[in-house]
Amino acid sequence: MPGKLKVKIVAGRHLPVMDRASDLTDAFVEVKFGNTTFKTDVYHKSLNPQWNSEWFKFEVDDEDLQDEPLQITVLDHDTYSANDAIGKVYIDIDPLLYSEAATVISGWFPIYDTIHGIRGEINVVVKVDLFNDLNRFRQSSCGVKFFCTTSIPKCYRAVIIHGFVEELVVNEDPEYQWIDRIRTPRASNEARQRLISLMSGELQRKIGLKVLEMRGNAVVGYLQCFDLEGESGLVVRAIGTACTLDKLSSTAAFLPACNSPSKEMKESPLVHPPSHGCRSTHNSPIHTATGSRLTQNFSVSVPTLIYTGMGSGSAGKEGGPFKALLRQQTQSALEQREFPFFTLTAFPPGFLVHVGGVVSARSVKLLDRIHNPDEPETRDAWWAEIRQEIKSHAKALGCHAVVGYSESTSICEEVCILSASGTAAVLNPRFLQDGTVEGCLEQRQEENLPPGCGFCHIPYDELNMPFPAHLTYCYSCRKQKVPDVLFTTIDLPTDATVVGKGCLIQARLCRLKKKAQAEANATAISNLLPFMEYEVHTQLMNKLKLKGMNALFGLRIQITVGENMLMGLASATGVYLTALPTPGGIQIAGKTPNDGSYEQHISHMQKKINDTIAKNKELYEINPPEIPEEIIGSPIPEPRQRSRLLRSQSESSDEVIELDLSHGKKDAFVLEIDDTDAMEDVHSLLTDVPPPSGFYSCNTEIMPGINNWTSEIQMFTSVRVSRLSNINLTNQTLNKNFNDLCENLLKSLYFKLRSMIPCCLCHVNFTVSLPEDELIQITVTAVAITFDKHQAVQTTKTHVEKSLQRASADNEELLQFPLELCTDSLASHPFSPAKEHLESASSNSGIPAAQRDRCNSWIELIKLKAQTIRRGSIKTTVSVEKASPLTEGHFRQRSAPACANSTVGVVKMTPLSFIPGAKITKYLGIINMFFIRETTSLREEGGVSGFLHAFIAEVFAMVRAHVAALGGNAVVSYIMKQCVFMENPNKNQAQCLINVSGDAVIFVRESELEIISAQQPIASCQPACSGGEIAT
Amino acid sequence: MTNELDIFVGNTTLIDEDVYRLWLDGYSVSDAVGLRVRSGILEQTGATAGVLQSDTMDHYRTFHMLERLLHTPPKLLHQLVFQIPPSRQALLIERYYAFDEAFVREVLGKKLSKGTKKDLDDISTKTGVTLKSCRRQFDNFKRVFKVVEEMRGSLAGNIQQHFLLSDRLARDYAAVVFFANNRFETGKKKLQYLTFGDLAFCAELMIQNWTPGAVDSQVDDMDVDLDKEFLQDLKELKVLVADKDLLDLHKSLVCTALRGKLSVFPEMEANFKFIEPCRSDRWPLNDVRLFLNQYSASVHSLDGFRHQALWDRYMVTLRSCLLRMYHD
Repeated sequence: MPGKLKVKIVAGRHLPVMDRASDLTDAFVEVKFGNTTFKTDVYHKSLNPQWNSEWFKFEVDDEDLQDEPLQITVLDHDTYSANDAIGKVYIDIDPLLYSEAATVISGWFPIYDTIHGIRGEINVVVKVDLFNDLNRFRQSSCGVKFFCTTSIPKCYRAVIIHGFVEELVVNEDPEYQWIDRIRTPRASNEARQRLISLMSGELQRKIGLKVLEMRGNAVVGYLQCFDLEGESGLVVRAIGTACTLDKLSSTAAFLPACNSPSKEMKESPLVHPPSHGCRSTHNSPIHTATGSRLTQNFSVSVPTLIYTGMGSGSAGKEGGPFKALLRQQTQSALEQREFPFFTLTAFPPGFLVHVGGVVSARSVKLLDRIHNPDEPETRDAWWAEIRQEIKSHAKALGCHAVVGYSESTSICEEVCILSASGTAAVLNPRFLQDGTVEGCLEQRQEENLPPGCGFCHIPYDELNMPFPAHLTYCYSCRKQKVPDVLFTTIDLPTDATVVGKGCLIQARLCRLKKKAQAEANATAISNLLPFMEYEVHTQLMNKLKLKGMNALFGLRIQITVGENMLMGLASATGVYLTALPTPGGIQIAGKTPNDGSYEQHISHMQKKINDTIAKNKELYEINPPEIPEEIIGSPIPEPRQRSRLLRSQSESSDEVIELDLSHGKKDAFVLEIDDTDAMEDVHSLLTDVPPPSGFYSCNTEIMPGINNWTSEIQMFTSVRVSRLSNINLTNQTLNKNFNDLCENLLKSLYFKLRSMIPCCLCHVNFTVSLPEDELIQITVTAVAITFDKHQAVQTTKTHVEKSLQRASADNEELLQFPLELCTDSLASHPFSPAKEHLESASSNSGIPAAQRDRCNSWIELIKLKAQTIRRGSIKTTVSVEKASPLTEGHFRQRSAPACANSTVGVVKMTPLSFIPGAKITKYLGIINMFFIRETTSLREEGGVSGFLHAFIAEVFAMVRAHVAALGGNAVVSYIMKQCVFMENPNKNQAQCLINVSGDAVIFVRESELEIISAQQPIASCQPACSGGEIAT
Repeated sequence: MTNELDIFVGNTTLIDEDVYRLWLDGYSVSDAVGLRVRSGILEQTGATAGVLQSDTMDHYRTFHMLERLLHTPPKLLHQLVFQIPPSRQALLIERYYAFDEAFVREVLGKKLSKGTKKDLDDISTKTGVTLKSCRRQFDNFKRVFKVVEEMRGSLAGNIQQHFLLSDRLARDYAAVVFFANNRFETGKKKLQYLTFGDLAFCAELMIQNWTPGAVDSQVDDMDVDLDKEFLQDLKELKVLVADKDLLDLHKSLVCTALRGKLSVFPEMEANFKFIEPCRSDRWPLNDVRLFLNQYSASVHSLDGFRHQALWDRYMVTLRSCLLRMYHD
């Protein structure tokens, strides 16, 4: 499928003065694609040249179209000497390669120079004509859509979620080539930028091929990263989730099902991990990798079949033999698939059945031991190993899939820590099967959804738990077991019921290590890792309890390696899930009980902690409803026991204990402060200051407990580099420094954004790096969103009421539940009033009755389905009536648009997948940009702060310009993946590399939408995709 | 532990109006932090001094980066690096070009040269405006002056177009440019009591009536210079003073007309032709107005006087100026 790329250079403006004599510039432009270059005429003596060039045409293979960036260079013509470069623009033409995205790229692009920054702008028009040539052996994957968004993008419906795709490419880093010693910094930077651009293109193309092989048409949750390994090379790797997406028709696009923010909450369904059972492993270091074992092509076979049996886990949980049977089925299905991983963090309703907990794996590698640095095999093998471990952890948790999956690295000299983490989960295969056949799954799910507690129920066997946990009966349904605490890496499922608001919880930790070489170093690091992991976990747990909450979402633990220390930073959003028990308090115990003053001290601390918990409960409005026993009926949470073996549910009916639980005393968490370390811990617990009033923060997409966003958003990046002053660093001082650094940074953010109160910092993303011995760098990207304080309470109420109503409405249907499938659970609660009871029953099973009937024939069904899909016929039936009730519920947007800034050219950026108060009507393609900036006049540019401030502002500007040129007005799921900053103040030099990505979109304000929809079809929404075609 | 680097970059550039004012007023970061602390902001927000320091630094850095663009405001509108809502852009520009009354009275009518710039130290001491702020204001005057000096068309209009100022501020700048170009000495002791507003008012009238632009809107420098021809012609009016007969006749006409209407008639009679002294004699404003009206009108009854149109061009403006200047 070759194509023709056409480029026209229109004009320039604000060019720099290149000729001192005339104060003007004689500019011309070189347009390069692949090996072909065109030039415009020289436009003499102007800072605002009007070239108005002809169309430059490149005839190229689509493979090149995918890999190569269009390179535009602006130069100053010089008759007597070499022409001086003014700067360049790289344009990724990928968005033009699939029909549903942009059709033309046209606009003003900043002209960028790696030494001088932005120097004026250039107006360019780019088009692509693709010739259809489907019979050719495909090396390209034009047509596969990429999304950074980690949920099913608005205005699409997931027909099938196929699963994990990954790819990795390696090259020599130009900065480390011999030629770098003789070329200019500019040439070197440009070589690097260009190479990474090429590699990203290649990577994307290869991943696209895998998706096509799986019969998918899109990659969601696409995450691409660079590893600057130094001497051993430059690695670009990516992971994502292959899907078959169906574009919702234009009418449907306006349904709440698609993208109203309210829908937001509804739409991403369940996910949930119970149990604080974090499992993690640490490989012993030093793998002299042979690189022969695995190739980078992880097999992609039979993707659709994988999740077949999965729902069974839940259904049969207490079901004895039935359960075992399903397990078997699932397992055998699983074996066909290498990695049942999903990079998604939010899911279509009903997709996620249970959550087992966080699984993570790390391994320490030595980069100088790679035998074949230029080949990807070694790294592929490394990652395969880690993924294998993740997979086995998930299995141990009784789960067959991992959701919210991500991978990362930390490199210091020749040592590299590879990390992967995710949330073990049990998924509902029905989603995969029924999507095609029955039309809109979401609708159906809606009716049968459990009351938002199903995901909390343990997927593992309680008689054989993978880790010690305290189980109780679910506080929502009273039927199934839940853990006392739940950690996950995903977003809060939209139907989860929570009490009060959530909050950002961070654990911070430093550990000194001796400087060492090679193996010794790697060994030291891998010895430290388990301790760090343990302490981070303990800190998280303490802080969670201090907040009076019982679950963490969006957990992300980052371990950073430096020359002489390791840093651990965990961020998550704490919430109180109604399904889980009230967390106990924290109890302090001393080891020397006879010492009076010590006792006093302890009791003082205890009081402080108790006060803090009480204060936090008030602050986050955590006042779980007392559950009146009469109404509930008899099912009672089982007495908690510390032993690993829990009695089976049928025995339990111990009312006394429930009383105890409601007082929250039972499982008080005991902190023993027998040494200074522990003392420190307690102190640091209490030093975290809550955000000022009117502020909330979380690191997830949406803030639990707040859903009435108004339209004002402010995305920002803040960077701090701190120098550790003392020479005699101890772990304590280091911890304190690090803690202060993070806390102060947060305080500064709250102060800076105070004019937006009431507001919430969402998707707060901290990254830590250790650029040099004594330097700690923290980079934070987040978005502040205003909300309407007064509507909040109401909305929450209606939400709860609604779910109750829905539950009761479900009763009838549920009566037809095939009893034999869940005899145990029903039998064990014979006295419960019908209503609650049935509601809970549905949630326990996690699978609607209708579905269960078909259990036996799942496999057949899936096969059938797979065939259907292969034929490429996908039916989109969105039932309009069903969808609409969702709209009525919440919505905030009444006041917002008035203040919205409607000036032409404004481009919003947000790390979230949605824009509050607006609907995304079109996805224009992925933005993935890499920039290098270097200076040899650091002081003149305002020092390191001036330099980096200007650079980040320029990066934002270039992202916005590209989005605007695609015809978009926002970037969603924006992420700054890397910000590598190096300075050498003595030489007056600094260098920075930044990598950002996101999805370019067109959004329409809801208020405007109402007007438009009244007038019917929207032009911007449906140019070419009404048929919901699927590329197969 | 010290922060070597500390930045905050928003997709929409954050502008804190209070900090902007402090920056424009020429305060150093530490002075600005001190002033902010005194404003009670720490108590209001619960922030720490460190947070305030970091925030102030950050805003100052932003303003410093924006300053280059503020020198040519249209660039601020078209640049892509800082995303700033239009209302904020307007605020940034307007405040940047605003000037202090005390400062402008010192500089008005002086040549905008390096020499004057050297005197800014003294001006700063005298007016209490920081040297930094004096420099900004002076540079603004000079920059505007240079851009519009040679331009065709309305002076205020040109300023507005090239600097995107509000109507009011553009007209003030027109006055500054006009005075600077014509070196009207406004610093004389006698004129000290006049505000910039008074002078700007006069300048506007003079621009309207006494420049070449008043006659022909296509000439170069139409609003900047006084109409040379007109100035030449004014000599003709001297006849009103030089010619004893004409003077007496004029005087008697005015006196007759005003007799009984003016509370200060005797003084007027004595001081005929010298307006300044009126002030020391505390004429009511109304009397001055009556007098001036009559004074200009009665010329039309002077048979021997041929320059009626010239007289009107001169007197209408002069009368308004005098009235405006007639206060304590």
